[in-house]
Amino acid sequence: MGDRNQEQTQSKNFFTPVLKWFGDYPIAFAVIGLCVIMSIMSSSFLSFNNIMNVLRQISMIAILAAGQFLVLVAGGIDISLGSTVGLAGIVFSMGMVNWGMPPIVAALLAVLIGGVCGFFNGFQDAIVGIPPMIASLGTQSVARGLTYVLTNAYPISGLPESISFLGRGYLFSIPWPVIIMLAVFLIIGFVSQKTKFGRFVYASGGNSEAAYLSGIKVKKVKITTYIIAGCLASLSGIILVSRLASGQPNAGLGWEFEAVIAVILGGVSLAGGKGKIFGVLLGAILVGLLTNGMTLLNVNSYYQQIVKGLVLVFAVGLDIYQTRKRNKA
Amino acid sequence: MSEHVLLELSGISKSFPGVKALNDISFCVERGHIHALVGENGAGKSTLIKILDGIYKPDAGTMMLAGKPLSPRTPLEAQEQGISVVHQEIKLVETLSVAENIFLGRPKTSHNLIDWKKLNREAQVLLDSLEANLSPTTIVRNLSIAQKQMVEICKAMSSNVELLIMDEPSATLTTKEQEVLFRTMRTLKAKGVTIIYISHRLEEIFNLADEVTVLRDGCLVDTMPIDNIDRKRLISMMVGRELENEYPKEHIAIGEVLLEVKDVCRGRMVKNISFKLHRGEILGIAGLVGSGRTETARAIFGADKREKGTVLIKGKELKKQTVTESIQNKIALVPEDRRSQGLILNMSVKENISLVGIDHILKKKIINRGLEKTMALDFVNKLRIQTPDEEREVKNLSGGNQQKVVLSKWLAVDSDVIIFDEPTRGIDVGAKAEIYRLLVALAKAGKGIIMISSELPELLGMADRIIVMHEGRISGEVLSDDATQEKILEMAISR
Repeated sequence: MGDRNQEQTQSKNFFTPVLKWFGDYPIAFAVIGLCVIMSIMSSSFLSFNNIMNVLRQISMIAILAAGQFLVLVAGGIDISLGSTVGLAGIVFSMGMVNWGMPPIVAALLAVLIGGVCGFFNGFQDAIVGIPPMIASLGTQSVARGLTYVLTNAYPISGLPESISFLGRGYLFSIPWPVIIMLAVFLIIGFVSQKTKFGRFVYASGGNSEAAYLSGIKVKKVKITTYIIAGCLASLSGIILVSRLASGQPNAGLGWEFEAVIAVILGGVSLAGGKGKIFGVLLGAILVGLLTNGMTLLNVNSYYQQIVKGLVLVFAVGLDIYQTRKRNKA
Repeated sequence: MSEHVLLELSGISKSFPGVKALNDISFCVERGHIHALVGENGAGKSTLIKILDGIYKPDAGTMMLAGKPLSPRTPLEAQEQGISVVHQEIKLVETLSVAENIFLGRPKTSHNLIDWKKLNREAQVLLDSLEANLSPTTIVRNLSIAQKQMVEICKAMSSNVELLIMDEPSATLTTKEQEVLFRTMRTLKAKGVTIIYISHRLEEIFNLADEVTVLRDGCLVDTMPIDNIDRKRLISMMVGRELENEYPKEHIAIGEVLLEVKDVCRGRMVKNISFKLHRGEILGIAGLVGSGRTETARAIFGADKREKGTVLIKGKELKKQTVTESIQNKIALVPEDRRSQGLILNMSVKENISLVGIDHILKKKIINRGLEKTMALDFVNKLRIQTPDEEREVKNLSGGNQQKVVLSKWLAVDSDVIIFDEPTRGIDVGAKAEIYRLLVALAKAGKGIIMISSELPELLGMADRIIVMHEGRISGEVLSDDATQEKILEMAISR
């Protein structure tokens, strides 16, 4: 009996951190599971090139999701991000092609536009008090409309070759989009966990009234998260333009949806105040693997849309169920 | 079971994580009587009501109503079995008429359409039977609180009620309105309705009730006829010991003026409030619920903008009227509702404690885990916060320990003026005594304390001076040595 106890304690010591890690990120099971299934189905799945390929495919959605993560933790939600991707991409393309700007200036202008979209969302949510879903729905329409007005719905082509590295280039055989994505996640992770602002984001989303009465400028914090999300959406749009070598007015259509799935699957609560950026990365990878897997299985893209919708409803349902259980306890 | 008994509870227990809310409660309520249920906040009264109303399910025990087993799973089932509850907060649909509210969810219909004539006629009958001078077609929004409450009672009476439960219905009424309420209760009693009546006001209980049941810390103390007990004994049953021992008040030398509030106004709830608070002083603020105490505290703290008036701390005027400015000037607010206003529930003890004083744990603008842990442990030890470790989420702590976490957050920035809004609400008796000791220790350390409380014994026991509020104004001020509960109540209700 005594020996057995000792054994248990030992094995507990060894497994506890691992179990705790999986407890924090239950989605890791799903990611590993999918990886196993896909490596069985396709021998090339686990090759370096394919892994990089999958990561590059998810990078732009993942960058959106990183911004959405901050917004959600602060208690908001931004469903205009896909339109922001499109608008920023068009501003970036037209800046270079039509308005004769150097690429870096056009990129900065695009990021600025994204920030303005974010501010517009944040202003509606934090200052006016419009429910964030509706506020960003409005922004979504405005930004997409602007994109069509600017382009007459025609794509912008003739981009300088100097920007192509962003979407198609490699650094030490790692695709640039993947490097940018990892950098974004490291920075957002650092900001959310190690800085005063990050702590205030969690506090504002966890309980805005208590945060306000503790001297936190909740409105400012919330607006800032929207601005960051808008800027990141622009970054995503810039990468996309460079990847496609043209500015597409339809770019980013529906991406906000995939970003929300990634964030919720990653364990971020819709109720705010909870979640970690690493979970979001796993969520984005899971969404990417799902798409990749269904494509490999020759699932028609219309059906893929149905599957993704169901995954979102399931993930949100699970989140709400868990919140309710927690509140009951 | 005797046929005089309408409701019989035996062995009712209910636990929530960390709290045994009800422990083996057994008593009977006699048919046609007004049965008072008393006890301090946190004694388990509302839990018991929620069990009777089908909101909570008891962990153990059985209930019998008129000889039949009672186990409602929803308020609707409770109603079907003959139990109606008039809650403390009014829950009416403001935009609908009196009659519509009375028959909400069970409208009078003919051929599947609403029969307005019948609806209004039956509502009128009910209103008349309670001698309520109201028209069924009036929109509820236009009624006074007392009239709304009358509608609540009619609504409760509109189904076949055997047992009417009233949860502190008099708390927000004026004296005159209370008289109307009591007359209604007597009318109901004359009609044979049994009433369980919850109130903090002992006078009412002695005037109205036939029996009284005392709860304390989730346990039944006793049930007895009201004639067999006097006021002093009832209080000591509620509190569990003689009052003298409960408050560790010490006489502390009062220092210079710390905070001066001059003619502060905001809306209907804060009108021309002026007072001074000194170092080492505990200033009590009494008043009924809705008398503007919390609003006053928020206006002083800068959580809400003042329309008029000034607040000076150590002679310096607070001009910006923001929470940040108050914090910089060492004013703190420990709010009324810990869970919704004081704490970030899914954050850890550590993160809650460091929230206001977060600048103290930054090193080169980065949160330093070591400093944060040291800060948290310092307060966990000093205030004896009972938690397995500082990483535990605060929502898992008991009420008293949660309150200590909120206080720690403010002590971490060395606040001079601390406003406590209902500091012991929902905290069990043992933890209350600890909070009182902390208040005294803070006063001794030269801080100025404002203590808002609905529990008069607590104010009388702890405060040096008590300001009484009524409808947004200061209606009186007394030194607590000269004050009695009656005197304060008089000022809180009068005019």
